[in-house]
Amino acid sequence: MFPISFAAVASGWELYKAVGPANGGRIFGVRLLPRTSDRAMPHVWEMFKRLGRPEVRGGQDSVFHVVAVATWYSFRIALLAFVIGAVIGVVLAVLMARFRVVERAMMPYLVISQTVPIIVLAPLILTLMSFANRDLGSKTWIASVILGVSLAFFPVAVGTLRGLKAAPPASLELMDSMASSWTRTLFKLRFPTAVPFIMPTLRLAAAVAVVGVIVAEISLGVRYGVGRLILSYGQDASSDPAKLYTAVFGAAVLGLAMALLVLGIDKLSMRNRPQEIA
Amino acid sequence: MTASSSEDLVASDSDAEPGRSTTPAALSAVEVIAVDKVFNPGTPKHVDALADINLTIQRGEFVSLIGPSGCGKSTLLRIIADLLQASTGRVLVNGKRAHQARLDQDYGMAFQQSGLFEWRTVERNIELPLELKGWDRSRRRARSREMLALVKLEEFATAMPWQLSGGMQQRVAIARALASNPQLLLMDEPFGALDEMTREHMQTELLRICNDTGTTVVFVTHSIPEAVYLADRVVVMSPRPGRITGIVEVGLGRIRSEHTREASTFFESVTEVREALRGGEMADNARGIEDR
Repeated sequence: MFPISFAAVASGWELYKAVGPANGGRIFGVRLLPRTSDRAMPHVWEMFKRLGRPEVRGGQDSVFHVVAVATWYSFRIALLAFVIGAVIGVVLAVLMARFRVVERAMMPYLVISQTVPIIVLAPLILTLMSFANRDLGSKTWIASVILGVSLAFFPVAVGTLRGLKAAPPASLELMDSMASSWTRTLFKLRFPTAVPFIMPTLRLAAAVAVVGVIVAEISLGVRYGVGRLILSYGQDASSDPAKLYTAVFGAAVLGLAMALLVLGIDKLSMRNRPQEIA
Repeated sequence: MTASSSEDLVASDSDAEPGRSTTPAALSAVEVIAVDKVFNPGTPKHVDALADINLTIQRGEFVSLIGPSGCGKSTLLRIIADLLQASTGRVLVNGKRAHQARLDQDYGMAFQQSGLFEWRTVERNIELPLELKGWDRSRRRARSREMLALVKLEEFATAMPWQLSGGMQQRVAIARALASNPQLLLMDEPFGALDEMTREHMQTELLRICNDTGTTVVFVTHSIPEAVYLADRVVVMSPRPGRITGIVEVGLGRIRSEHTREASTFFESVTEVREALRGGEMADNARGIEDR
């Protein structure tokens, strides 16, 4: 289905470009409609053609090569952030499920952690890192991992906690009647019960890990990432508009790759389950 | 928690004879002695659930607990299972304190909901208590095959629970309860969610299994015919607070079949249980009792 929907989106873009006002337009007196000039909205095929040409005039590497390398770089960081975030989320959820005190003490912090905008958080984390160690302060990629983690762990923690608490009382009684310890009940009953709750939160975590990493790269200027490409290609946009969109493609591919990964985990862990929720 | 005196009694008792008892209780499967149960004592939600319950169940005996909703029959079953603590009094299972019996997996349990784990195959559901006992894989597998044969579900070993009918799921739950070969089976309305035909079939199957294995059964139900058809003795309870108002001996012998349901002895026992229920109920008019 994806090729068809992609073709539809591309044709929508081209259609608007063909019929829309060149200098933008007003709706109810508000300037809403974007300009359709080649500078504002390059043709879709221009974007793809741009991928094949060198990044800078007379340069050796094509834009495709540069974007691919940057996307791969950011993908690894986002993946790391996702994995660490998911692990932290699950561990937190287990602690909160085991000890009510932890849940009551931690929850406010968890919520606060999600209300502070990452744009603010990014320089703060980098500053803290350089206070800790001058060397560390120069490793901006670590800061983007931390930011990705700080976004990714939250949905996993909340969803897993709900899942761990979703074990039916009768099943818990059954485990009790077989003298199962809390830990064994955790692994034999609570975790399996939680899987359908955890899977959607992993998708969310994968998505926000990508957002966190790219935003961190943009706001910190992480050298090799796709976020940095968006920033610098954006600065060239007035003379080379199609190039900016090649970086956006990179970010989109990155998001898709993460989503596919999680879909794989989902399918693998949910096989053999009753198919009523689909 | 407030029942200090009798809990002290239990504690000192087990200090003298850790884990075992040489009293006549050792001969019986279940010994319930002067048990009271109060929920939420000292709060507005205070409920006297059980009062002065005394009950001895012999090895190999099949005992039904019957009574209207709220008479505490499930509570009594859970106290025997050590899933709830008695407020006063004490419970011995196989001559041990109920707590020790639970740790030793001396009993198996089955509930109204089969409670099978939907992510495990049928055979791995049956193996669950064995995993908790630390049996190795091949021994578990061999045992689950035996149990599947016992409940006549051999061909469904690798099926997922949701692929089975309600009655088949309940048979798997019984197989699971019996997997570690306990001498006691505690059942809380296990056939309550089944249709009448399946239910009668399951009752016959359960009797066959118990006769094959010599298992003692405590069976909670609110169906009079079910209680009578299954049990050697029917313990009749009344609510608020739950107490035993009568015990009906069912003279049907051990071998029972579908014909038993038409025997005059069967109807006599049904009538006797019904009257015991009415007697215990008085004003309450035997609410929640199925007469079918």
